This record gives sequence, C-alpha cells and structure tokens, in this order.
Amino acid sequence: MELLLIFIIGLLHAAGIYMLLRRSMFKMIIGLILLGNGVNLLIFVLGRLVKGKPPVIDEASNVFTEIYADPVPQALILTAIVIGFGLQSFAIILIKRVYKVLETDDLDELNSTDEEI
Amino acid sequence: MIFAVISGFISAAILPIFSRFNKNLVPKLYPFIPLGIFIYLASYLHKVNTEGAQFWSYTWIPSFGINLDFRLDGLSLLFGLLITGIGTLVFFYTSYYLKEDKYLDRFYGYLTMFMAAMLGLVISDNLIVLFIFWELTSISSFFLIGYKNDDPSSRKSALTALGVTGFGGLILLAGLIWIGFLGGDFSFTELLNSSEIIKNHESYTWIIILVFIGAFTKSAQFPFHFWLPGAMKAPTPVSTYLHSATMVKAGIYLLARFTPLLGGTDSWNWTLMIVGGITMLYAAIHSLFRTDLKSILAYSTISALGILVFLLGVGTEDALLAAGIFILTHALYKATLFLITGIIDHETGTREVTSLGGLQRVMKPVAVAGYLAALSSAGVPLFLGFISKEIMYEASFHYGKWAILLTAALVITKIILFVAGFWVGVKPFTGSLPDEHQSAKMPSPLLWIPPVLLASLCLLFGVFPGILDRFMQAVFTSILPGAPEIHLAIWHGFNWVLVLSIVTLILGTALYLGLKPSQILREKVKAFDRVAPIQLIENIALGFQKFAEKWTGFFQNGYLRNYVITILLFLTVLAGYRIYDGVDVHLDWSQISEITPSEFLVVVLMVTSIFFAMITKTRTGVIVALGIIGLANCLFFLYYSAPDLAMTQFSIDTLTVLLFMLVLFQLPKNRSFSTNKIRIRDGLLSLMFGSMIAILALEVFEAPSYTEVSDYYAENAYLLAKGKNVVNVILVDFRGIDTLVETIVLVIAAIGVFSLLNLKLNPNKKT
Repeated sequence: MELLLIFIIGLLHAAGIYMLLRRSMFKMIIGLILLGNGVNLLIFVLGRLVKGKPPVIDEASNVFTEIYADPVPQALILTAIVIGFGLQSFAIILIKRVYKVLETDDLDELNSTDEEI
Repeated sequence: MIFAVISGFISAAILPIFSRFNKNLVPKLYPFIPLGIFIYLASYLHKVNTEGAQFWSYTWIPSFGINLDFRLDGLSLLFGLLITGIGTLVFFYTSYYLKEDKYLDRFYGYLTMFMAAMLGLVISDNLIVLFIFWELTSISSFFLIGYKNDDPSSRKSALTALGVTGFGGLILLAGLIWIGFLGGDFSFTELLNSSEIIKNHESYTWIIILVFIGAFTKSAQFPFHFWLPGAMKAPTPVSTYLHSATMVKAGIYLLARFTPLLGGTDSWNWTLMIVGGITMLYAAIHSLFRTDLKSILAYSTISALGILVFLLGVGTEDALLAAGIFILTHALYKATLFLITGIIDHETGTREVTSLGGLQRVMKPVAVAGYLAALSSAGVPLFLGFISKEIMYEASFHYGKWAILLTAALVITKIILFVAGFWVGVKPFTGSLPDEHQSAKMPSPLLWIPPVLLASLCLLFGVFPGILDRFMQAVFTSILPGAPEIHLAIWHGFNWVLVLSIVTLILGTALYLGLKPSQILREKVKAFDRVAPIQLIENIALGFQKFAEKWTGFFQNGYLRNYVITILLFLTVLAGYRIYDGVDVHLDWSQISEITPSEFLVVVLMVTSIFFAMITKTRTGVIVALGIIGLANCLFFLYYSAPDLAMTQFSIDTLTVLLFMLVLFQLPKNRSFSTNKIRIRDGLLSLMFGSMIAILALEVFEAPSYTEVSDYYAENAYLLAKGKNVVNVILVDFRGIDTLVETIVLVIAAIGVFSLLNLKLNPNKKT
C-alpha cells in the first residue's frame, strides 16, 4: 500500500507543479491545492502507516499498552490543513478580485505595477 | 587624547542643531576646533622629542583585541600637526572663501568630520581602529568632493573617488586582518615584535600586495591615480586640505608606518620604487600638458606622492629621512599653491593659466606667497625644498648599481615639478595684467594670511633648518627604529649632489622660459587618453554594468513561473544527481502493508480525479474533482489511524468546495494559453520533480525512524496534560502557543479575504 501512496504523492506533486506553471490564474489555484494535498499525504506516509491504532490512550489505562500511530506527523498535518485552507481561500478571493479589476486571467498580462483601480 | 579625536565628530554632529540658532556664528567658531587640537598636540612636541612615543589606551572590544589605542610618536605628531595646523588655516580661509554659500554649516560639518577621522587615522595604534578611521576619511571626503552636488561632474568625481579609495580600503582591511592573525595582535606596537615572523611567513607577499593596494589607491599611485584630478571638482579649500596636505598622504603614512613592520625586503622595496618611480614621472609629464591651475597642481601632487613612495622604496637611511622631510616640505608649499589658486579663482573667476598674468600689482602679499612657495617647490637654496631635495639626491645617488637610473628619474621629475610650481606660483603674478582682469582686487586678509603664513614657514625652516632637527629626529626614528642622529644644514659642501641641484635649477629655469602652457599642447596628447587608466576603468565599469543588466534581465524576467522553473530545475537536478550518485533504494517488503480492495478503489478514484482535474475544461468539473481528491485523502487518513485528520480534512474540504462554488461565477474561466511546446516542457519538469519526491519518499522510508519525540508525547499526554487524545494534547497543550499563532494566521487570512471582498478603491468603477 505504501508504494501506491508514494506513487500518488509523486503524482500529486507533479500535477500540482504542472498546474502552477500554467498561465491561467484559475489553474494556478488548482495547482496550489493539489500541491497542498500532496505535501500533507507525504508527511503522513513518512510517519509510517499503522492500521487501526489511533494515538488515543485507552479508557482504562494512563499510557499506551500496545502499538499506536505516530501522533507528531498527525499534529503537523492538522496544522497544515488548516493553514492551507487559509492560504487557498485568500488566493481564491484575491484572484477573483484581480480578475474583476483587470479583466484578464492571463498571468502574462499582469505586467504593470501601477494599475488604476 | 580620545577627546581630541572625537571632539571633531561631536562638533560635526551637533552642528545642525547649533547652526539653526545662529548661522553666522558657525564660520567664526569652527576654526577654533582645529586650532585647539593643534595647540594640544604641539604641547606634546617636547615630550615626544625627548621621551619618544606616548601611549593612550581605552578599552573598546577587548574580546576581539580591538581597543582604542593611540600612539603619538614623531610620525603621528608630524601628521597630526599638519592636519590640525593646515586645517586651522583652511578653516579660516573657508569662512571667507565660501562666505556666500548657503550650506556653509554643512560644509564645516563635513570638514570637521574629515579632520577628526584623519587625526584618528594617524594616531591610532590598533590596526582595526586605523581601518575604521581610514574608511571614515574616504566617506567624509566623498561628501566634500561632491559638495557642489548640483553639478553632475562633481557627483561623478565624488563617486569615482569613493569607489577607488573605498575599494582600496576594503582590500587593506583584508591585509590588516591577515597581519593581525599572523602577529597574534592588532596592536601595532605589539606587532613590531613579530615583524620577523610576518616577513618570513609564506603569505608575506600576499599581505604586502593587499597593503600596497590600500595605500596606492588612497595616495593616488599609478594606475589608481585617476581619481585625484577628478577630485579637484571640490571647492579649493577641500583640494588644499584633502588633496595636498592630508588625505592623499594617508597612504604614504601607512607605508611609512609599516616600514619597520613589513619593510626592508626586496619585494617591498622594488615594488615601491617601481610604482613610485612610474607615478612620479608619469604624473610630472602629465602636469606639463595642463593649463588649469588646479589640474597642474593635481598632477604635480600625484608626482610628489610618487616621489614619497619612491623614497620609501629606496629605503636607505637617507631616503627615509628625505621622505620624512619631504612630507613636511610638500605639505607646506603645495597647500600654499592651492590656497593662492583659490584666491586667483575667487578674484578673477578663472583658473586658466594661459589667460593670467601681472596679478602682483593688485595682490602683492598673495604674489609673495606664490613666489616663496614656487621657490621652495623648485628647491632653491635657503628654502626647505632645497634641503629635502639635497637629501633625496644624496639617497638615490648612493644607491649602488641602479644609482644612475634612479637619480636620473628623480632629477627629471624635479625639473618638471620646478616648472609646474612656477606656472602656478609665479606665472599668474608676473608679466602684464590682461584687460579682463583689471577689476581684480586685493582679497580679504582671511584669504591671504593663510598662504603667506605657510609660505614664510618654507623660508623659515629653509634658513634655520636647525629648529627642525629634534622633531625630524623623532619622525625619522619612528620610520626607522634606531636611526642615526641627524643634523639638517643648508650647506652640504661641494659634491655631486650640489652639481645635480644646480643642473636641476638651470634646466628647470630653461624649461620654464622655453615652454609656455597652452591648449595646443593639451590637444596634441588627447589621443593618448584612450589608453589612460581612467578610460580603461570606465570601460570596465560600463561593461560590467551592461553584463549585470543582461544577467538580471535573464534571471529576473518578471515571470513568476520562470522563477519557479529555475528553482525546481536546480533542485531536481542537484537532488537527482545525489540520488543517482549515492543512494540505492531497496525495499524491505516486510514493512510494506497489504492492499485491501477498498483502499485500491480509493487509489483509483484519486488518480482518476487528478487527471480529470487537469484535463477538464469546466470550472465546476475541476472543483468536483478537487473535492473528491480531498475526500480520498480523508479516507486514507481514516484507514491509517488518524481520525482527527480525517475529520479536519473533511470539514476543510467541504468549506473549500463551498467557497469555490460561492464565487464560481466571478472567477475567471478555466482557459488554456500555453503552446504545446511549453506544455511538454512543463510536463517533463513536473514529472521529474514528482519522481524525485517519490524517490526521496522511498529513501526516507528506507531509513530507520526515530520516535523519541512521539514517545515522549505519547507517554506524557495523560500523565502531564491529562488528555487521552495525543494529537489533541500536542496541539492545545504541548504546542499550545504554536496553535495560538496559527489561529492568528487564520485571522489575518480572514481579514484579508474580508477586506478584498469589501474593498472599493475607485467608486466610479463598477466592482
């Protein structure tokens, strides 16, 4: 399973970068989101996969008695998901705004610094 | 002592506040600063002459061995007195010369700062402190040269001067640090003990090259001399002060100061002799082709600096003594000549030597000063110039094998300098007064007293050289420890040196009478300007600028994705090479978990969605695909023991899709712009990058995992933090502050989104 996941991680990164390099602003956002998903999954897989053992301590005991999934990557990813959402929503709104003001979605046409808005 | 040094900086700093209250008072008060320091320094004259060097030490940065150590010996005192003495005269002179100037207070600020820096330079005993003052002189001289900042050529000259001397200063710093490391100390006095260690070290050659570049740039030696004539754009008091008496001599000071430490070797002596020799001849000949008084003086100054370097290079007892005396001689007569040039310029409005003459009728005292200075410069008996010239010839004449060559070079230089001195000091005052200058008047005493004072010193020291005996002895001893006793005298008896002196005077007079300064001469040598060092340097600078433009234009082309491509390409190639070179991935199949059908289904779903998201043309399709990718991710989290992640991912994914949908119709269309060629390029790069990430992931997978941190959290989650969900505990307890900051980031993003939605910059335009 790890191999398949790693394949997906590679695919997500490649697709993300490819979309990020497009001239269309809409595609750029897609690239951003794909890349974000890829990175989250990468951290997750590198923390080793453990099936069915969430890092939650048993009701009855105070410490872990058996094997458990690594909590640190999970904490990291949780943060990353939330921050990623902040970034994405800001980017979506920014692009909406830029499109409205400049009436173009071609990044190559955004080449002046002082636009009358 | 430290107060004497920093008083200049303090007064320069308080000047703006001070001059706001009373603008007229400033010019009257500021000359008393150098005067006070001059008197203070002069009070040490007796002590230094009899007891030797005086020391002061103030702790500054002891951990680096950098302390404000000051050392006042003969050489420092000579320079200190010149700086403050000529400084006083220049300050008084300026108060009248620039009386009408709007920014006179600013000018005094720069000048005071410069004086303080120069003073600090010559009395500091610590190499790093010396460097700091060295650069301060460069910086303050930049402001002084560029004082007429509305004149483009003045700005350019200032920049050139700063460029050359600043560059030299940095190179010097490297040399100084190297010396400090070899000798184990930055204190000059301490370093003298390790002179032999440095001289015999294999990097000695490098050190002296660094020191030489520093000294040659500052003292305008060939091929770095070109900034000095340009610096003459500065007001005349500045030229007098910086470019004849003080700053340009800083390099000479450095060489003289380092002679006991680094000097005496063949490479030291020959480099100085050759560079000094070329400079003195080259610049002297140049001065014959100038007609502007200040240009003539500029080149003759370079030539005189060349003589000094040359003498330090000859390095015999006589030569070092001659150098010591010539520093004083040159400062006295050259400052005088500059000052009278300023007066002529001020009264007639021209500095063109061809159109000047007969001024002695209107300004007798100035003329007298000019004659005296010119005679001293020519080395006529009874003037200080004569004594220094005699010792100079004495030194080169007894050099041994190369004596004839060296003496010939000196004699030729001296003959030409004779003419240059006369052109400036004599020519404008003799002959008939041209009509256009009939209106010239006698200048104010503030202008003519300084040159007359300096010129009479030339005569006084020339007639009674005995007064200088003890002081020159101290100077001599600090250049050459254990120097023999000296007695300066007017008369050295009949010998070859006297013959040479007479030859110099006769040929000089002949040349002066035979050669008139003229524009025609100047035009004739214009052709050689193309190969002059300044031209070469300018071309290099221009070429460099063009290259930089191209380079920047290529890499900083403004297209964001090109930056991304460059970065990724380098990353992929470098990391790829590393993977190819040193890593072989082999999988431990026992670590790999099995594939269940449900998981496989999710993988297929995800891969399909990714491709769909890339290919589809409709915006809704893309958003749906993205939603599915997110949910698939969510399922992975769920399968592999991360319920919290699954939950978060689920809600965030839903939110993203919702947000997209809300603004969907205001978003740009999902269009394609690129050509196929570019698509293939980007596709290849993306594939490379994706594979690299995958291979890296495999490699990490291979490595053993360390779980100390996770174990700590897991064990203490309940014991310390009283929580059973470890991920939760990490976020809100162990790393609680991080989470708080993360919330702030989200708030910022929210504010950004909110304001972008509500922003109305131009109410006329429909948003």
